Amino acid sequence: MLSRVASNLYWMSRYIERAENTARLLDVNLQLLIDFEGYVEEDERHFWEAVAWSTGDYEKFKETYTVTSSETVTDFSIFNRDNPNSVLSSISAARENARMIRDQITQEMWECINELYHLVQEQTAKEIWKGDVYGFFEEIKRFSERFQGLTDSTFVRDDGYKFLQMGKFLERGDQTSRILDIKYFMVLPEGQDVGGSVDIAGWVAVLRSCSAFDAFHQRYTDELTMAQVADLLLLERAFPRSLRFCLRQVDENLRALSNTSEGLFSNNAEKLSGRLRSEIVYTTVEEVFHEGLHEFIDRIQKRLIEIHNAIHEQYFSVPHIDRDAEIAQHRARHQQQQVQQ
Amino acid sequence: MTSVAPMLEFTHYQTEAFFDEMFAADGTVRPHYRKLLESLSALSVEEFENKRAAVDTSFFRQGITFTVYGDDAGTERIFPFDLIPRIIPQREWAHIERGLTQRITALNLFLHDLYHDQKIIQDGVIPPHYVHSAKHFRKEFMGINVPKDIYIHVCGTDLIRDHRGEYLVLEDNARCPSGVSYMLENRHALKRAFPKLFPLAGVEPVTNYPDELRKTLRYASPDGKENPTIAILTPGVFNSAYFEHCFLARQMGAEIVEGQDLLVRDDKVFMRTTRGLQQVDVIYRRIDDDFLDPSVFRPDSLLGVPGLINAYRSGNVALANAIGTGVCDDKVMYYFVPRMIKYYLDQDPILESVETYLASEEKDYTYIMENMEKLVVKSANEAGGYGMLIGPSATQAQVAEFRDAVKANPRNFIAQQPIKLSRHPTWTGDQTGFEGRHIDLRPYILYGDKVRIVPGGLTRVALRKGSLVVNSSQGGGSKDTWVLKNDE
Repeated sequence: MLSRVASNLYWMSRYIERAENTARLLDVNLQLLIDFEGYVEEDERHFWEAVAWSTGDYEKFKETYTVTSSETVTDFSIFNRDNPNSVLSSISAARENARMIRDQITQEMWECINELYHLVQEQTAKEIWKGDVYGFFEEIKRFSERFQGLTDSTFVRDDGYKFLQMGKFLERGDQTSRILDIKYFMVLPEGQDVGGSVDIAGWVAVLRSCSAFDAFHQRYTDELTMAQVADLLLLERAFPRSLRFCLRQVDENLRALSNTSEGLFSNNAEKLSGRLRSEIVYTTVEEVFHEGLHEFIDRIQKRLIEIHNAIHEQYFSVPHIDRDAEIAQHRARHQQQQVQQ
Repeated sequence: MTSVAPMLEFTHYQTEAFFDEMFAADGTVRPHYRKLLESLSALSVEEFENKRAAVDTSFFRQGITFTVYGDDAGTERIFPFDLIPRIIPQREWAHIERGLTQRITALNLFLHDLYHDQKIIQDGVIPPHYVHSAKHFRKEFMGINVPKDIYIHVCGTDLIRDHRGEYLVLEDNARCPSGVSYMLENRHALKRAFPKLFPLAGVEPVTNYPDELRKTLRYASPDGKENPTIAILTPGVFNSAYFEHCFLARQMGAEIVEGQDLLVRDDKVFMRTTRGLQQVDVIYRRIDDDFLDPSVFRPDSLLGVPGLINAYRSGNVALANAIGTGVCDDKVMYYFVPRMIKYYLDQDPILESVETYLASEEKDYTYIMENMEKLVVKSANEAGGYGMLIGPSATQAQVAEFRDAVKANPRNFIAQQPIKLSRHPTWTGDQTGFEGRHIDLRPYILYGDKVRIVPGGLTRVALRKGSLVVNSSQGGGSKDTWVLKNDE
């Protein structure tokens, strides 16, 4: 397929995943606040600072808004067009990519993205604040789920599908690690202990933001600990949103493209992906905490970026063509041919 | 007291002095519209408005829109669609089809002759200076052979009806005619709006257009290619017809490419794919000649492919439509088409042209200058309804402006008697109901192993009261076109 098309498919998928994750993150954290009776204004501000930091360009947020509150963070994360990671920006980008490859996606997939775009575009933070905030997030999630469902049931399993999968899972792996990392920045309010109810509530929020709450309780029956949450979200083989699961999807789809068996690699992207996947497979949660959760996550995110760059290099970027040289060369030939006529 | 919901009706509908598609001059409904009238009369205004809104939402949701740029958010608008279909009985269509087939055959023969021996000029049928001064005549392409000698593969010929109900050819669009996707989407929309009416009405299907197009393009391939690779070359996502390019690509199973996706090596055209270079045999190009190849035409074109013309000349790639077909869009050349039909086919034109005066002919020039306020004056190579003066409704200043323009460059102008274009009932809102609006018809003619014309085409309607301009950029909309299997 055309390199440009592969890139569009990949990015469309990444942007939709990003939008869904951001929406879910905001949704969960807004609900979380309601549970926190002990939070004073200062605590709330810290809380939202952490969320703002995780969803986009924190510097930009500080430049744009004088107050850090649930409303400004929601506005920044959902509606702000200058924030390239906002839900609206992500969906606009997804839609632009989809538009460029309209011949590759089904009618229903297109309509789904298009409707979602118009839904988000027509709202503002102020309006949803007055109305039904949670209903709004529900809508977004519902569209995303529908899109995933349509892709799953109608998209032909060709090369294009592999690019969709790679985009989705790379983004998801990145988002999961980011969300886990927020907790690192969330300062417990005064008088609250690690392991206390507020702390636990925070971890619950992390799980819910990754749609992992039910999976967690299926696996662990005793009291929630940080180690368990990290284990599920980073290392769990069978949970579809864990980092490990995402890396496996990326790795398998990459090798399927080049028809390379497991345990081998045929290009740089496969090498990096295989290496990172291996590391996660053969890591324990104790080792993660020994390194430091934040340090570990930081390192992983860098590796994910490297993998993305390698994929881009391998499949999306085309060898630079010196257009002027092309034109000159062909013009010379054209003139030569004309003389011969 | 119970109030009855207002129903759709035509009791106040006026045909006035125009040929009306639906109603005869005495107000009786034409036989082929009878079933439609019955169906419509059974609807309340509210039900009708609901159907309209549903169709508009559907178009919006599907993204069948054109973007109004220059607006920060890039507002998207739907190409306005009127729910009342334009209906053509079979015998009328058969006549149109015969006429269009004759016309495109003559045009292709003309183009081949024009770019080879120019016998039509040597035999004095067309004065040479008209050809040589034609803006889109590509002299450098003389002597080049094209696969199967076909120049125009896809043609959009605009037809109008005069006050007698006679179909006339208004103009040919032999370069990159667009709008076929609206034809297909309009049909789809109408089927959903009136699901019960369709099977009863006996309408010829149009959904096979992409299939017919693919057959036409396959046939256009250079010889020796068993399974030719077809690509649609698009200017890209910012082009207002991009939706159509994608639509056709998907329906035909062809690749859609931009200039940057193609590379020419050894005079062959290749697509840059994730698995290396893949050769392309037929390019359905939706880019004008001028922008196609920066090494030959406009060097600043970022849309084109350097070397494409070399490949074309070498016979390694077919272009649909070929280079140089724009000469047929020239309104001065339009004047000579009846003579072309006579010269190449020894036939009289089945579809007549509008009577035309050439400003570069002395007698006509005088007539035009003396009667400009009564005539329609058109510049030879403009499109979209621009560069046109409608004398009877123009201001003195506008007429003066055109007088100067014609005087300065008579070769660039023609004039025609204003035609009383036919009208069709069109919904103007629940306050005013149905009113007559001027329409035209653009059938799409495909020329391959045979001439294929999908029944109907795009009916465009001038939505503004009294307006004769149907183009989308100037207040036009469209309707679905039904060709009946029978005469009613």
